[in-house]
Amino acid sequence: MHIVVCIKQVPDSAQIRVHPVTNTIMRQGVPTIINPYDLFALEEALRLRDKVGGEVTVLTMGPPMAEDALRKALGIGANRGVLLTDRFFAGSDTLATSFALAQAVRKIGETWGAPEVVFTGKQTIDGDTAQVGPGIARRLGLNQLTYVAAINAIDLEAGTIAVARRAEGGVQELSTKLPALITMLEGTNEIRRGTVPDVLRAARAKIEVWNAAAAGITEVGMCGLRGSPTVVKRVFAPTPRAAKAEQVEAKDRPYEAVAEDVMERIFAAQPAMEAELMRTAAGY
Amino acid sequence: MAQERFDAIVVGAGPAGNAAALTLAKGGLKVLQIERGEYPGAKNVQGAILYADALEKLIPDFRDDAPLERHVIEQRIWMMDDTSHTGMHYRSDDFNEERPNRYTILRSQFDRWFSSKVREAGAILLCETTVTELLKDSRDRVIGVLTDRHGGPILADVVVLSEGVNGLVGQRSGLRDELKPKTVALAVKETHFLPQEVLENRFNLTGDAGVVIEAMGTITQGMTGTAFLYTNRESLSVGIGCMVADLAAAGVTPYSLLDRFKRHPSIAPLIAGSEVKEYAAHLIPEGGYNAMPEIFGDGWVVAGDAAHLVNSVHREGSNLAMTSGRIAAETIVWLKRRREPCTKEYLAEYHRRLEASFVLKDMKKYRKIPDVLHNNPQLLSLYPRLLSNAAQAFFRVDGQDKKTKETQILKSLRKQRGIGGLIGDAMKMARAWR
Repeated sequence: MHIVVCIKQVPDSAQIRVHPVTNTIMRQGVPTIINPYDLFALEEALRLRDKVGGEVTVLTMGPPMAEDALRKALGIGANRGVLLTDRFFAGSDTLATSFALAQAVRKIGETWGAPEVVFTGKQTIDGDTAQVGPGIARRLGLNQLTYVAAINAIDLEAGTIAVARRAEGGVQELSTKLPALITMLEGTNEIRRGTVPDVLRAARAKIEVWNAAAAGITEVGMCGLRGSPTVVKRVFAPTPRAAKAEQVEAKDRPYEAVAEDVMERIFAAQPAMEAELMRTAAGY
Repeated sequence: MAQERFDAIVVGAGPAGNAAALTLAKGGLKVLQIERGEYPGAKNVQGAILYADALEKLIPDFRDDAPLERHVIEQRIWMMDDTSHTGMHYRSDDFNEERPNRYTILRSQFDRWFSSKVREAGAILLCETTVTELLKDSRDRVIGVLTDRHGGPILADVVVLSEGVNGLVGQRSGLRDELKPKTVALAVKETHFLPQEVLENRFNLTGDAGVVIEAMGTITQGMTGTAFLYTNRESLSVGIGCMVADLAAAGVTPYSLLDRFKRHPSIAPLIAGSEVKEYAAHLIPEGGYNAMPEIFGDGWVVAGDAAHLVNSVHREGSNLAMTSGRIAAETIVWLKRRREPCTKEYLAEYHRRLEASFVLKDMKKYRKIPDVLHNNPQLLSLYPRLLSNAAQAFFRVDGQDKKTKETQILKSLRKQRGIGGLIGDAMKMARAWR
């Protein structure tokens, strides 16, 4: 079987520094890592491949340096890496990103065989939207299984897959028809350490580098900044609250008195809120 | 699967390892470099001063794209007591040359750049991989390495051990002894950020020019050691280091020394208002020539800190590392071209070439210094104090006539150390320096 795993190279958030003078994020010199959530997707894909045979292709979109992330994935055991890079893709939001990645998955399918499963992490640590995976699924008409905690069974002959999906309040056991897109939840497996032959192969591997044209993307208006309706208005560091939290004594007091006390202090700090609430109350 | 074989394996991606791997790859050899850190430079710590000459011999046009902070135009050497410093400053516009001689650098950035050149030359680099031991054949010849990854050993004709000061691979493989506290210094440093403009005003700098301060004296509380303050583009590297044996005997922690150094009235105003963004600690092999381990054998050579190649008097190390790595690699390339085996007999050529270079000449010149300093703590405690007292008596205007002043200064010298002691110390230093 053929599995495609979409990964993203992100700045290592543990090592990001804020410039002490300008208060902007210092990207220069900050080490990059594979989005940690994507590693769960990669490991699950490798386990699936090891079980039923086939190949794992890792796909990423990003600047040329994102090749490092692909090489690392190859060193962990993936068979092939595809880097989608083009200035047309710069400034992509999740809509434009899912468009470009979906086209690339289509092209990967034409080149090395249509994938039965496409994996992504549940979200990235820099964007945190969790929109790209479902976006790719929708564009390619794949059944989508999000927040998957475990793959229970796969039947290639019947073309079905069964998974456990973490949902609010419990675990859903779902099965669907292949091809499907799965977004993996964190903490569901442990990423393996590549063997010596794996890392040697990765160090020498030729990464497939595709620009928009090579990926068969002709609608450049759907890509990058032009294809991105999302506008970032402002980026700022939240200022820490100066005031300390207040404590209200509750022990051995009637709860009405405690509630009264709490409201009084809130209104003292937020006079506008009191006025607003009074106006609303007057309407009833 | 057939075991893959390399011409050479280089352990470590610091200055020595990168110099070796680059030279081997440029020499047309099939080279594998193995680094335990996440990326080259992830685990490397230095002051850090880059000496252009050693790097120029490897990458002549390094100034085009290497991440350099400032070129050094001013060197300050300070003798410090608790409240003062007596300094020698040398600042010259001649250092604002087209190809400056010394630069301050930030190692994590510099090492990644250096490593990119190594890979461009054709060496294969494996990161996040620790060499656990050398693989030997039945005749005790090194034939490859074992790593912490599954999938078997990796074979090579020769292994360059440029693994850094700890020398764990060499130690585990029985090629060398454990580090001794008397032969290593422990240094700690902090990176203090300051707005570029403030920094330049504070140190009288313009453009890319920089200042270097090396300090010694009572700041190390009688222990053998030095402190430093280097100007980077928009940060200061501030650190101090002492011999591990001295720290252990005195029961002093390095960070408390650094704390005291930072509060010294000569240092505090220079770092005022800065924000500490990084701290690091590292061992420095300062035992000198006498502490050097064997540096070649059947199928292996040692370079850089792992070979104890540090000139502590001149604060040089990375240039000795780069040079030894390069010379080790040149020797291997030379042997390969002559189709000679990398046995102990033939690799002795590495030692001969190192002896002919400044590396072992300098190491030998100062071979006695570590012992002299260790056995004569007065050199770094009493003398700075005497010097400071003398300077103060000389410069303070207080109605005392100059002749009496001079007599008093000399008398205090004699009283504190005695004529014999003074002459003895001078003789010891002179002999060790020769």
